[in-house]
Amino acid sequence: MSTRTTYREALREALREALREALQRDPRVFLMGEDVGRYGGTYAVSKGLLEAFGPERIRDTPLSELGFVGAGIGAALGGMRPIVEVMTVNFSLLALDPLINTAATLRHMSGGQFSVPLVLRMATGAGRQLAAQHSHSLEGWYAHIPGLKILAPATLEDARGMLWPALQDPDPVLIFEHAQLYNLEGELEEGVVVDIRSARVRRAGSDLTLVAYGGTLGKALAAAEQLAGEGINAEVIDLRVLRPLDDATLLASVCKTRRLLVVDEGWRSGSLAAEIIARVSEQAFFELDAPPARVCSAELPIPYAKHLEEAALPQVPAIVAVARTICR
Amino acid sequence: MSAPLPFPRELALRLLHDMVRIRRLEERAAELYGEGKIRGFLHLYIGEEAVAVGALHALAPDDAVVATYREHGHALIQGVSMQAIMAEMYGKQEGCSRGRGGSMHLFDAATRFFGGNAIVAGGLPLAVGLALAERMQGGSRIAACFFGEGAMAEGAFHEALNLAALWRLPVLFCCENNLYAMGTALEHSESQTDLCAKAASYKVPAQAVDGMDVVAVQQATAAAVQQVRGGGGPFFLEFKTYRFRAHSMFDPELYRDKAEVAKWKERGPIHNYSARLKALGLLDEAGFLALAADVDAEVEAAVAFAEAGSLEPVDDLLRDVHTPEGAS
Repeated sequence: MSTRTTYREALREALREALREALQRDPRVFLMGEDVGRYGGTYAVSKGLLEAFGPERIRDTPLSELGFVGAGIGAALGGMRPIVEVMTVNFSLLALDPLINTAATLRHMSGGQFSVPLVLRMATGAGRQLAAQHSHSLEGWYAHIPGLKILAPATLEDARGMLWPALQDPDPVLIFEHAQLYNLEGELEEGVVVDIRSARVRRAGSDLTLVAYGGTLGKALAAAEQLAGEGINAEVIDLRVLRPLDDATLLASVCKTRRLLVVDEGWRSGSLAAEIIARVSEQAFFELDAPPARVCSAELPIPYAKHLEEAALPQVPAIVAVARTICR
Repeated sequence: MSAPLPFPRELALRLLHDMVRIRRLEERAAELYGEGKIRGFLHLYIGEEAVAVGALHALAPDDAVVATYREHGHALIQGVSMQAIMAEMYGKQEGCSRGRGGSMHLFDAATRFFGGNAIVAGGLPLAVGLALAERMQGGSRIAACFFGEGAMAEGAFHEALNLAALWRLPVLFCCENNLYAMGTALEHSESQTDLCAKAASYKVPAQAVDGMDVVAVQQATAAAVQQVRGGGGPFFLEFKTYRFRAHSMFDPELYRDKAEVAKWKERGPIHNYSARLKALGLLDEAGFLALAADVDAEVEAAVAFAEAGSLEPVDDLLRDVHTPEGAS
């Protein structure tokens, strides 16, 4: 019989317990990043871990993303299992060189000799009035890169469960934690085991496939509830893994519902939403009863003012409105 | 000029032999480039051989080595076979990176040769991470990182030196100062041209060394290695050297005059060192010719090996982007 634990501190606590478990299970695991130790983590995810595991394994770094992400890659090459935390995806751009030019390429460039078992965690997404240098959703950009695996936990279960399989992966894994989700509350079974290869149907439905991930999953589910009241039964798929995409789950759903709407906090042009629509169009064009559609962020840097920020992001009313259009 | 050597005759001759091996390998590679057998970029180390040979002969065989895209010599002296290097330049699957890397990306797990990094300064954070991993695992191996003086304008240099010094990691920073970052002279790219002063500003002990003198290089490196391995933290060595050939095969050398090149060639590391060995009675002309013949045979065997090598089937195109399951 499974026990259920209430995470009062919510998703952030699930992430912390995942870190604690990894640090306890594998002496090669250590956490490194800006303010992960004495400060307790920018989002308080690693609070208390310094006291439990000491400064060698909960390692505060200087403001030096290029340096410590590169060092994380080197430590992975040297036999450790580093978890590197970058404060936000915007700051990760300072570490693009080691991530894209080295972590993603090394296995291939070396003819299969050097794998890079690095796990990189970072916050992503908007919604807290942090404006254009702290709010972007660039995970779709990273999902363009062969050699990387990209994860986006949207549930407590995935926040708790994705880290361990990510650490078992011999190649670099980037985990994007939507900043709006850290306070997500709920209950979770202990000993949860999840995979990091498949999308998951979070709500079964028959009339429309709503695809979302990370920060947009909750919005897609809320939209589905509203649509249900109007007689539209939407299926909601949580991508979970942004690279490689789980085409099979997407196609199975679309072949059943015959309609596709992708909700993506990334910008529309060149987005993950575009990729998903392309794949469905390529592989299931004649199964579709309506043109595939998407609700993405407006194409501008995220503004500070609350009403403008809200207007720039995918919101439930827009999802519902587009869903109605394609279900007519 | 002919002061006695601080090491036995066997090593004295080995240093010469290894410098000649690099020289002849690269002279042959340049010919093969002209014949179209080797393509892509080919950066020759000719003129700088004393640095790799002297420095690597002061390291332990299992120390980690991280190098640049001008790394044929480092790979060879670290123990990668000339055959595997030549086959790599030919793009054959018998190459040390299965033909996936080419001249700029030689790798070898067996000798802990971590490339072959073609992003200037990209290797420095890797070396920091390798050293961190080593220390966290209680080992005594150090990480030696080679880079040009051009890398010192990159942020990665500064971040890596800071991290290594802050954490007192066993990293040996080996700057090969050949005066030109491609075609831009040091005084045109650095406000502070005293490179040791830059390293010292991070509290990293620093020493400038005559990089044209293999004995000086070996001795200075041996002393630095002892300090680094003994827990003294990182050490920075500036090897003052000169590239006799063009930056790559596409360089018309508009940025330096022939007289300057000729002047440095008078200090050629192989010529001067063999003269010194002769003056000391450790080598005669017949001995030198025998050594050269031995090297030529090795080079021709490498060429034959590369010629006889096979091309990887295109069906395997996508291998080694990710680690196959169960492989690592």
